[in-house]
Formats: sequence, structure tokens, C-alpha cells
Amino acid sequence: MIPETAMFGIPQWLWAIGIIVVKIAIVLGAVMLHVAYATYFERKVIARMQNRLGPMDVGPYGLLQPIADGIKSFFKEDIIPTNSDKPLFYMAPILGLMAAFSSLAVLPFFNGFVIANINIGLLFLFAMSSLAVYGVILGGWSSNSKYSFLGGLRASAQVISYEVPLGLSLVGVMMMAGSLNITEIVNAQSRYPGGMYITAQWLGFFVFVISAIAETNRAPFDLPEAEQELIAGFFTEYSGMRFALFFMAEYTGMIVMSSLAVLCFLGGWTIPPFLLKMLPFLGAVPGVVWFMMKLYVCIFFYYWIRATLPRYRYDQLMAIGWKVLIPLSLVNIVITSIMKMWLHKGGTP
Amino acid sequence: MVNQIFFLYFSAVIVASSLLAITRRNVMHGVLFMLLLFFHIAGLYLFLNAEFISAVQIIVYAGAIMVLFLFVIMLLNLREDFSKKQFIGTWPIGLLVSCGVLMVILVSMVVITIGAKGVWGIEQIGRVTQTVAVGTVLYTKYLFPFEVASLVLLVAIIGAIVLAKKRLN
Repeated sequence: MIPETAMFGIPQWLWAIGIIVVKIAIVLGAVMLHVAYATYFERKVIARMQNRLGPMDVGPYGLLQPIADGIKSFFKEDIIPTNSDKPLFYMAPILGLMAAFSSLAVLPFFNGFVIANINIGLLFLFAMSSLAVYGVILGGWSSNSKYSFLGGLRASAQVISYEVPLGLSLVGVMMMAGSLNITEIVNAQSRYPGGMYITAQWLGFFVFVISAIAETNRAPFDLPEAEQELIAGFFTEYSGMRFALFFMAEYTGMIVMSSLAVLCFLGGWTIPPFLLKMLPFLGAVPGVVWFMMKLYVCIFFYYWIRATLPRYRYDQLMAIGWKVLIPLSLVNIVITSIMKMWLHKGGTP
Repeated sequence: MVNQIFFLYFSAVIVASSLLAITRRNVMHGVLFMLLLFFHIAGLYLFLNAEFISAVQIIVYAGAIMVLFLFVIMLLNLREDFSKKQFIGTWPIGLLVSCGVLMVILVSMVVITIGAKGVWGIEQIGRVTQTVAVGTVLYTKYLFPFEVASLVLLVAIIGAIVLAKKRLN
């Protein structure tokens, strides 16, 4: 909402910049809070699934645990290995976090609320998610430790392999919406009969979910940080705040991937039209509430998978990526294009 | 004025980071300067209203090719080679060739004349967005060359598999 004329004697361009800065502050604040409580939520959910209580000591039901953890890691000693490549060692966690935070710029959280409404939104997200691996690789290489190094190697191979099905699985959505702008994709979904692309793009969604878990290095694809074999993988040598930065990058990546699933397959901030017709009072609920609810379901799914499945072996991981997911996503593209040609009699919609 | 400042910034960083990329002794640092170079080339594309090319530049070069470079470097274990004085002895020839190319570019810059404008001016691309423009032209007017290019890539992929596989039955 940029005012047409200068207000309070402040020129228009300054207003535009000010609004963007305020939006960035809101988004970053909200996401940081979510990252902090995603760790708490994860520990609680997994604890319940394993018949434990999870964190209970700090605050009621352990609710202040993430804040205590944050303060602890902030004041811990920052240990730098003697033989490490120091500039790269300093840079690695920051690069990873920067890529994760930049992705937030193109995500619309509800109608009209997006920091940068750009036409290549999805491509920008792919670019940023492919950059996130630099933090992992550089962290693994610069630590000059065998465990970190193996973690970094595994991460680079894994992320390259799973970026391909991740991109291809979203091509079906792009074709159905006819746009790369994420706001446009959500609007196209609300015009679609089911209100969600998951009905027509179930194959794409299947591929997307698996490759998103692999892309964010989460269980059962958490080979880069496999605790039992590699101690902590690429961040074995990191401590204190730098370790926390890696952690934040991973959880922000999870939130970004979940948001992408919500926006591209689950209808974003809208709810299906037939539901709105049956229960008209649901229209009064602000869109951000629906978005958050869908997002929490997706994040819960991440934890559910982690508590349920054992880790894959490395060759299994590569075989799933190249021999199953990529062919499946290509089949999805072919089916989608045939359906689109058939429904529109070969013409443009 | 703002445009010129941005262009100056991008071109200066491109020149500086490409020089640093080839002069660093540590290969890892060289690769990272190349990453910086790719980012600034992407910025230059964005500056020319070519947002699609700019995004693809980052996805393909920074996201895939550079990661492969890093992967190979990590597998080669080059730490001992850092102490070597010089990697290659043929650099004077390279310098000579690149100076010649630079001369050709400088001469052609002087005699160049700008031809008639095509259909896809800045206004037209701004109206339909660059992604649509590239897609439309690529899949209608230039469909044949595009398919030929994909065929060449397919041949290269098959060749790479044949070379990489030890035993073929």
C-alpha cells in the first residue's frame, strides 16, 4: 500500500523503502520465533511418539526451553580449530543462513503480504535453495576434520541430486497456473475446482515432499549429519553461536520448504470453495490463519517422518533420487501437459 | 546516474573477482571468487531486465556447476599442492592470447554500429515478462535449433555414461 502522494512531507520512494523494511522486520521476527519454537515442538512431538515427556524443566511444560537454549549458545565460547581455513570457517554458517533468509522474501504469507512480489518467484526460490548447500560444503571443508569433510561431501552430492526432482515436481504446478509468481499460483488455485493443486498434482506433491525432506537434510535423509557415523557431520567442529546459526538455517529451510508445499499444492492462504459454500462463516477467518495451520501440519509431518523412519543408506538415497523420483516427476510433467492440451483443446487457456 | 553507478559497481566487481579467481593459490578460494563473479553477472542480467536468465544463471552455474567443481576439488585432496610455486608454465601464451582477444574487442567496439531494433524491445518484454518472451520465441520461431541443442546434450550425456561405466555388456 504505497500512498499516491507524499505524506507528512516524506517522498514516495522513502515510503516504499520504509514499508519494505517494516515488512522484512515482521517476517524475520515471525520466522525467528517460529524457528525457536519449532525446536521445542520437535522435541515434544518426538518425545510423545517415543513415550517420553520431552523438555519439562524450564518454564511451564518446558515452554521457555528454546529461549534458554538461545541464551546458552549465544554466550558459549566460540572455538575455532587451529588448522581450519579461518575466513571460510567464519563465512560458512552465515552463507547458509543468508540463503535460507533470502528465500523468505518471495513467500506470500497471506493475500498481498509479500516482501518482493517478483515474476520469477519460484525460480528465485530454487536458486536460493541451491545456494544453501554452500554453507554445508564450506563448513565441512574448512573445518579440516574427517567427520566434517565426509559430511560436506555427502551433502553436496545429495543436494545436487535432489534439486533436480524438486524443480521438476513443481513444473506441473507452473504449467497449471501458467506463472512463476507465487501469488499468481495461489490465485490460480483458488479458481481451480478443488481449490488445491494436490488433487491434480498428487504425483508432483509426492515427489516434492520426498525431495524437500532430502534437500533440507532432514531424517530419513540426514546423511550429512548422521550422528552415529559422523558425530554431527559438517558442523562437528562448530560451537556456540556459529553452531546455532547452522541450526537456524536448517529450521528456516524447513519452514521455507513447508511454505512452498502450502503455497503450491495446498492452496496457500485460501480454503477450498466448496468448504466456503458449506460453512460461509469460515470466510471471516483471516487468510494468515489458514496458512499457519497448513504450515504447522507440514512441519508436524517432518517430525512424524523423523520419529518413524530409520536413515537410508547412501546408495539407497542416490537410487531413490535418480531412478525413482526423477522419472516420476517427468511422467507427471507429461501427464499434466497432455491433460492441459486435452482440456483446452490444444489452445492456450 | 543511478544506473551508471550500478553498472560500474557490477563491472568492477566482475573484473576484480575474475582476476582474484585465477590468481588465488588456494583452489577453494578461487572457486569462491568465481561464485562471487557469477552472482554479479546475474546482477548485470537483472539490470538488463532479463530476470529469467539471471535466475537460471544462479541456479545452473552457482547452484549446480560450482557445487560440482567443489565436489571434485574436495575429492582431489589438493592441500599438498598449495606449497608448489607455480601450477602451469604456459601462462605467457595465455596472457598473449587474452591480450589479442581484448584488442579485437576494443577495435570492434570502435567500429560497431547499432542495427535496427527487433520486436523484443524493453517495452515489449516489460509488458509480457521475460520468461514468457523467452519461452514463446524458443518454442515457436527457434524450435528446431532448440531441439538440435537438446539432441547434442543427449549425445553428450550418453557419451559420459559410456566413458564412466567400466564394463558394458
